Amino acid sequence: MLEITDLRARAVGKPILKGIDLAVRPGEVHAIMGPNGSGKSTLANALAGRADVEVTSGDMRLEGASLIGLEPEARAHLGLFLAFQYPVEIPGVSNMEFLKAAVDSRDAALEREAMSAASFVKSAREAAERLQLTPEFLRRGVNAGFSGGEKKRNEILQMLLLEPKLAVLDETDSGLDIDALRTVAKGINAFASETNAVLLITHYQRLLDHIEPDFVHVLLDGRIVETGDKSLARKLEADGYARLA
Amino acid sequence: MAEGNETVHERLSSEYSAGFVTDIESETLPPGLDENTVRQISAKKDEPGWMADWRLTAYRRWRTMRPPRWAHVEFPPIDFQAISYFSAPRGDRPRSLEEVDPEILRTYEKLGIPLHEQEALAGVERPSVAVDAVFDSVSVATTFRETLREAGVIFCPIADAMREHPDLVRKYLGSVVPRADNFYAALNSAVFSDGSFVYVPKNTRCPMELSTYFRINAQNTGQFERTLIIADEGAYVSYLEGCTAPMRDENQLHAAVVELVALDDAEIKYSTVQNWFPGDAEGRGGIYNFVTKRGACLGARSKISWTQVETGSAITWKYPSVVLRGHGSTGEFYSVALTNNRQQADTGTKMLHIGRDTKSTIISKGISAGQSQNSYRGRVRMNPAAEGARNYTQCDSLLIGDRCGAHTFPFIESRIPSAVVEHEATTSKVNDDQLFLCRQRGIDPEKAISMIVNGFCKEVFRQLPMEFAVEAGKLLEVSLEGAVG
Repeated sequence: MLEITDLRARAVGKPILKGIDLAVRPGEVHAIMGPNGSGKSTLANALAGRADVEVTSGDMRLEGASLIGLEPEARAHLGLFLAFQYPVEIPGVSNMEFLKAAVDSRDAALEREAMSAASFVKSAREAAERLQLTPEFLRRGVNAGFSGGEKKRNEILQMLLLEPKLAVLDETDSGLDIDALRTVAKGINAFASETNAVLLITHYQRLLDHIEPDFVHVLLDGRIVETGDKSLARKLEADGYARLA
Repeated sequence: MAEGNETVHERLSSEYSAGFVTDIESETLPPGLDENTVRQISAKKDEPGWMADWRLTAYRRWRTMRPPRWAHVEFPPIDFQAISYFSAPRGDRPRSLEEVDPEILRTYEKLGIPLHEQEALAGVERPSVAVDAVFDSVSVATTFRETLREAGVIFCPIADAMREHPDLVRKYLGSVVPRADNFYAALNSAVFSDGSFVYVPKNTRCPMELSTYFRINAQNTGQFERTLIIADEGAYVSYLEGCTAPMRDENQLHAAVVELVALDDAEIKYSTVQNWFPGDAEGRGGIYNFVTKRGACLGARSKISWTQVETGSAITWKYPSVVLRGHGSTGEFYSVALTNNRQQADTGTKMLHIGRDTKSTIISKGISAGQSQNSYRGRVRMNPAAEGARNYTQCDSLLIGDRCGAHTFPFIESRIPSAVVEHEATTSKVNDDQLFLCRQRGIDPEKAISMIVNGFCKEVFRQLPMEFAVEAGKLLEVSLEGAVG
């Protein structure tokens, strides 16, 4: 599904990723953990193609296709999805309109038949309900005036509708109370299947109480320094990252 | 995030699709302006004698006046002697659509303006719109005049109205915008060549939308049209105005005057989609759009509503206003002004509350992109007699990129304690994070920007008649679109 080889990248002129190797197969959930400044978000942004992250060497392949040099929208069309740590607001553009534009863009790029407005509205409402969001929520401006929890649930809603192959979730657990965390985790678990993969980027292991990862990687100073199963996450929680430094 | 902004700028280089020239023979007065020019224009229009005197008075006042300097725009002084003040397609004035030069008909067709009554009638799904087509200095066609006449509505070129309805014209022309109101209004009063006249009789709802489409074609020519709309007691009319011009390297002057009069319980809704040539990316050429628009709510409970979508012109200087004289009258101003490249806009409104329990609403959306400058200028005045008057103003600016400017100049004067004035203002930016969110979701940047801008303008678009709302949305997209694709 995803193959990252010796990825090196700079952000704001500074080397941040210093040789990342990672392989994710279909059906797997991987967690990437690490302290602040270890390069977690830079990795997510490098995958998604943010202009302020400059990949200097190495490769990232999604189902065999290299992402290097592709525009962000082309990566999205290949099936890459990034749930943002800080989702931005777009006032005046309704959630529904935004979601429809995203789904239409994907279908046009993949030369699929466009979804009818009626069936789109139906699936959007169903997805919203699964995340305990009211239909009214779909009429509001994208993230405009949303609470922290609503913003994160909105990211998951977009993921459910776009059905990506690889979902990268950047600190989706941050700023959530326990109920919201459970709802979000439920959404992610409902999404994960044998044909897609999830990359969870997180600082704490509490999200991993609700979503069971197949692998846990520890990112430190731009490198993956340790890989293990879910017990590694618990160990980190108990001992902290200092032990690995 | 300089790089992200570069992409924003790249996407903004726009294509002006109305920039073609129509090749027809014109009769044009040589450049220059003196009393003789004014007399010649009046003679060419076959006007009654009182009209020539009216113009000459305006001309003499204009000679003593200076162009306004308070607007937040910059341009070299205009040489008013280098402009030609009259240009018309050669030949007799066509008396019916069949007589209109086919080249001119094709021009309007290319611009998407329906001048054929039959077609419009046949198209069932599209409600009919009566059009007055003004080409350079003259009206070349006015459709549906007969249908309207049956309803008692007068819709004709203002030159015809002077001959056929002199009492109405003499009573109301210059009654809302006096001849010496300002420099450009005085100039217009002296040299205006054509424009539309509308009269809707008592208790009549105008059976269709009326519209005027202004086209500047000739070179070195100014366009000075004059519109006068009168809604008698209990009447209703919705009026649309559109405008385009060819792409030329020189600046061209458009100095129009629009006067609206609403009597007791009358309502006038005036919508503009202004798409004059904005000049090229370096700021060469484009129209100077120096326009005076004002409505008078003379009658009790009357209502005047201005909606404007301004995307064109090199420079816009325009403040559609309402004088709220009648008790309980209402004034509204809904505006979207988009500037790109090196365009400059100084636009807004005046709401003058004179009568008691008068209400006004101002919703202004300014969008600046490229290296443009976009200013909102507004004046809300509550006179001592305006007991219980209310105003609500909301003024939002959206910046795209970091080389443009947005400015707000609100003036509020209240001379009566019972009046309520509310003012809200916001400034926001289409930022790289918003753009990246859209792109990550697979939406290309052009679509993303147009979606964000359209969302920002939603409250104003809602005020436009339906077909116009669609046109306005498309126009914004084109004005923001990159040359690619």
